[in-house]
Amino acid sequence: MKTLDFDWKPLLLVPVLALLALPLVGSTSTWLTLTVAGLAMGMIVFIIASGLTLVFGLMDVLNFGHGVFIALGAFVATSVLAAMGDWTQSQSILTNLVAVLPAMLVAMLVAGAVGLAFERFIVRPVYGQHLKQILITMGGMIIGEEIIKVIWGPAQIPLPLPEGLRGSWLLGDAAIEKYRVLAVIVGAVVFALLAWTLARTKIGLLIRAGVQDREMVESLGYRIRVLFIGIFVAGSALAGLGGVMWGLYQQNVIPQMGAQVNVLIFIVIIIGGLGSTTGALIGALLVGLMANYTGFIAPKVALFSNIALMVAILLWRPQGVYPVAGSR
Amino acid sequence: MSDALLTLGGVHTHIGAYHILHGVDLAVPKGRLTMLLGRNGAGKTTTLRTVMGLWHASQGRVHFAGQDITKLTTPQIADLGIAYVPETMGIFADLTVKENMLLAARAARRAQDMDDTRLKWIFKLFPAVEKFWNHPAGKLSGGQKQMLAVSRAIVEPRQLLIVDEPSKGLAPAIINNMIDAFAELKASGVTILLVEQNIHFAQRLGDHVAVMDNGRVVHAGTMAAFSADPQLQQSLLGLAL
Repeated sequence: MKTLDFDWKPLLLVPVLALLALPLVGSTSTWLTLTVAGLAMGMIVFIIASGLTLVFGLMDVLNFGHGVFIALGAFVATSVLAAMGDWTQSQSILTNLVAVLPAMLVAMLVAGAVGLAFERFIVRPVYGQHLKQILITMGGMIIGEEIIKVIWGPAQIPLPLPEGLRGSWLLGDAAIEKYRVLAVIVGAVVFALLAWTLARTKIGLLIRAGVQDREMVESLGYRIRVLFIGIFVAGSALAGLGGVMWGLYQQNVIPQMGAQVNVLIFIVIIIGGLGSTTGALIGALLVGLMANYTGFIAPKVALFSNIALMVAILLWRPQGVYPVAGSR
Repeated sequence: MSDALLTLGGVHTHIGAYHILHGVDLAVPKGRLTMLLGRNGAGKTTTLRTVMGLWHASQGRVHFAGQDITKLTTPQIADLGIAYVPETMGIFADLTVKENMLLAARAARRAQDMDDTRLKWIFKLFPAVEKFWNHPAGKLSGGQKQMLAVSRAIVEPRQLLIVDEPSKGLAPAIINNMIDAFAELKASGVTILLVEQNIHFAQRLGDHVAVMDNGRVVHAGTMAAFSADPQLQQSLLGLAL
């Protein structure tokens, strides 16, 4: 019996996909640009999806309204960054980050607070009832979108990158966009914090145990609903952060942006294995890379490519790349 | 029974449309080991789950140490000092043995915070728990998982230990090990309620016995008297000890 029994195979999927794409893309510099773009997109999608996968894993709750927190975070960022015009127009990356950081924090706070109300009034009445969860959370997202339209208006709002984060660094012939590097760094920090919390703290232990067998966790004396509320709020806040990142990535925001990203994040958590944070990271990176490579190589199949990726992964591992052991 | 730690009075439990318990009356004496016997489907597991609040009684009362716990939630019931080992053992397969134990030691934030003396006592009862301390619990054998499940239940001092079929699917040598461990637990003064299908396991450990049939307790008394009455065993369980 091995003490360390980690399954490394799924981790290899990311470099394998990247290497398979290299001959199809042709140019190494283009491939490098696409790879960094794919990793950046993947990290942003991971930030958004990480909370959703834990919400499902812990309480078996299908939250189709997760997208509303993405849109909310992005719209809050438009207001915060607009109010910090002097900071965003500076050429200094450091000064720009001083503006982006409060935008992220405010977006997380607002999304987390709305998440608390969403859990209390929309999700809690339908615990254990999947069909009702799907319907009511989708309804919640529609209401959320309408409230966003009331506050910020129905039109698309530009969310330009701060001056210092525009443009690219050149690595040989390859252009590496500065903002994409920032997105990769933020995603890596979020993953590191999540991984540390899950592996090294008692709260993390409770979450991992709750994902496997919540009834047993309650039998040990822990109030799992309190834990779930905390996870829901944290997941909503992370979606808000992801919304800021996604809005800056797209450089504009629309009230329906959450619904658009929803499809991607559900593909990610299904590929990853429902309830698995590491699986969500692998799934998000694969989805990000696939979207960028196919967008370049064969734009007509770009929309279909991630569905095909999910089907291929599920044929290999029907429970996702890191299925969560449990009694369910 | 005046010295009962746990009592159930006229407990009915429904699971969805199904009426499973039909008025269970049961008393578990303090400091003794009570065996809950009965054929498959008699309602033994439902009785334990009703005590733990995992399913709620639709009628009747459950009292623990004089307190009415009928409407309490599972964590509130566990907080009162009741440990529960389900039939499935409830092992967290993706966690290590150490992490499973740490989770049950609610007061400890880290493994180093766990009561060392108590851990040594548990390691003596179940050496496999110490041997596989840093191994994933999902990789343990069935017997080792059962040892871990019981160890987890006793990592903190509890007033009542409820175990559902601890000998299920275990090899005879492991069953003997389990019997020795429960005998030592009993000697330490813990009140124990065991559901068991293995009649020899029950006979060797039980002080008291309650037999269930069709969602009711149809016989309650001492294990000695029950063991001495083959006709009673035959009529209640369809076998003789």
